[in-house]
Amino acid sequence: MPSTLSSSRILQPVRPWFILLSLSCALLLNFLPTSSWPWMPDWVALVLLFWSVREPRSVGMGSGFLLGLAMDVADGSLMGQHALAYVLATYIASSLSRRILWFPLGQQALHILPLLLLVQAVQYGVRAMPGVDLPGLSYFLGALVGTLLWLPLTFVLLLPQYQPIERDANRPI
Amino acid sequence: MDHQPPPFFKRGPAPLARLSFYAALSLALVFVDSRFQTLEMLREGVSLFTHPIQQVAHSPVDFLEQAQDYFSSITRFREENASLKRRQLDDALALLRTRQLEVENERLRRLLEVKQRQPVNGRVSEILYAARDPFSHRVIVDKGQQDKIVAGQPVVDETGIVGQITRVFPFVSEVTLITDKDQAVPVQIVRNGLRSVIFGLGNGQLELRFMPANADVQNGDLLVTSGLDGIFLAGLPVAKVVHIERDTSYSFARIYCEPVAGVESFGEVMVLDARATAPLPAPLVPEPTAREAKVPAKPGAKKKLLKRE
Repeated sequence: MPSTLSSSRILQPVRPWFILLSLSCALLLNFLPTSSWPWMPDWVALVLLFWSVREPRSVGMGSGFLLGLAMDVADGSLMGQHALAYVLATYIASSLSRRILWFPLGQQALHILPLLLLVQAVQYGVRAMPGVDLPGLSYFLGALVGTLLWLPLTFVLLLPQYQPIERDANRPI
Repeated sequence: MDHQPPPFFKRGPAPLARLSFYAALSLALVFVDSRFQTLEMLREGVSLFTHPIQQVAHSPVDFLEQAQDYFSSITRFREENASLKRRQLDDALALLRTRQLEVENERLRRLLEVKQRQPVNGRVSEILYAARDPFSHRVIVDKGQQDKIVAGQPVVDETGIVGQITRVFPFVSEVTLITDKDQAVPVQIVRNGLRSVIFGLGNGQLELRFMPANADVQNGDLLVTSGLDGIFLAGLPVAKVVHIERDTSYSFARIYCEPVAGVESFGEVMVLDARATAPLPAPLVPEPTAREAKVPAKPGAKKKLLKRE
């Protein structure tokens, strides 16, 4: 049984509406007019990675693709640019999910950092083919901030799944 | 190998198969979108879903701005009003003269049997926000298909060219700024009528390309649109030359310019109506050479021809 949040509390099953709600909140956060702050993390990528690590059966490449298309249209970027990045990242995250969940949260975040960097790098790679310049190294700052946010994000997104601690001597686990 | 998993363990196609499907699909989308402009329908369809979310996301920011406006002091408005009134008085004289000159110009043109100058019409629209894409310089304005905006229309502010409409959605449209990388505007130097094309560099500056190293360009030269592209009207200010590098090892001079208009600032802009496409002159074959021989080969002649355009 993977340990969650440094405790071995057993979580309630996740509710599908909560996954949907969190993903739409992430979209909303991404659509805030924050283009002048390059250090803002890509919220959709972060939440998508969270669910594909936690629930690889319900959130995967399909949701990554659809959310990527929505981001492409909203950003006015090349069609399929975000979609490709999200699909690749969710694939790696869901195939590594069994492994990642064994680590404590700090080390989980270290697993997420290369994935978030990959999301940025893939987008840059796609755009570099027709020829654009890198908008400075601050472009990758968002991934670092996203890594730092992994801890609070895990706490917030798992909140509805915690159950009250009740000591029951007769319960087997 | 007849070992199939029992049906209740089936999870659809293998992850690697799904990955290749989605990756191929997105790569195809990237390719089609960058080479052919055929995905606009899909874009508009998805924007019907994303636009409401975007509006919700922008509402707190709009609210804050309105609150700021509400609380900003009345003295500031008074000062602004006074300065605007002064400027209107200053401009009124010039405007009257311009009107008279326009009438005169039209009459002279009719006498010379030159193509009529096109009247300019446009609609004021507001810049909503900058597009989030960090690789390009684009802004979103609040007029779209509902206001009969079409892609290609020029966008200006009170001092010069800002950009060009590149994508139109039902309620908003996207303006590519002239500072966007490789966004091109055909221009002409006011001082000597030299024509060239100016390109955005992607860092807020512009570059005048394809000018020979010994070309007559000086710091501070004003560049206006030449109107040869059939999109921008002739004579709108575009940029000012700020730095020239003449290196003998290159055949072209490197000329850096800065936009005249407040390209990176946010405010209100004017979307000009698309220019009516001028019909091609009927005889495309050159006239008999006797007439050509009369035209003197002076540099001044070229300038005069340009001004007639």
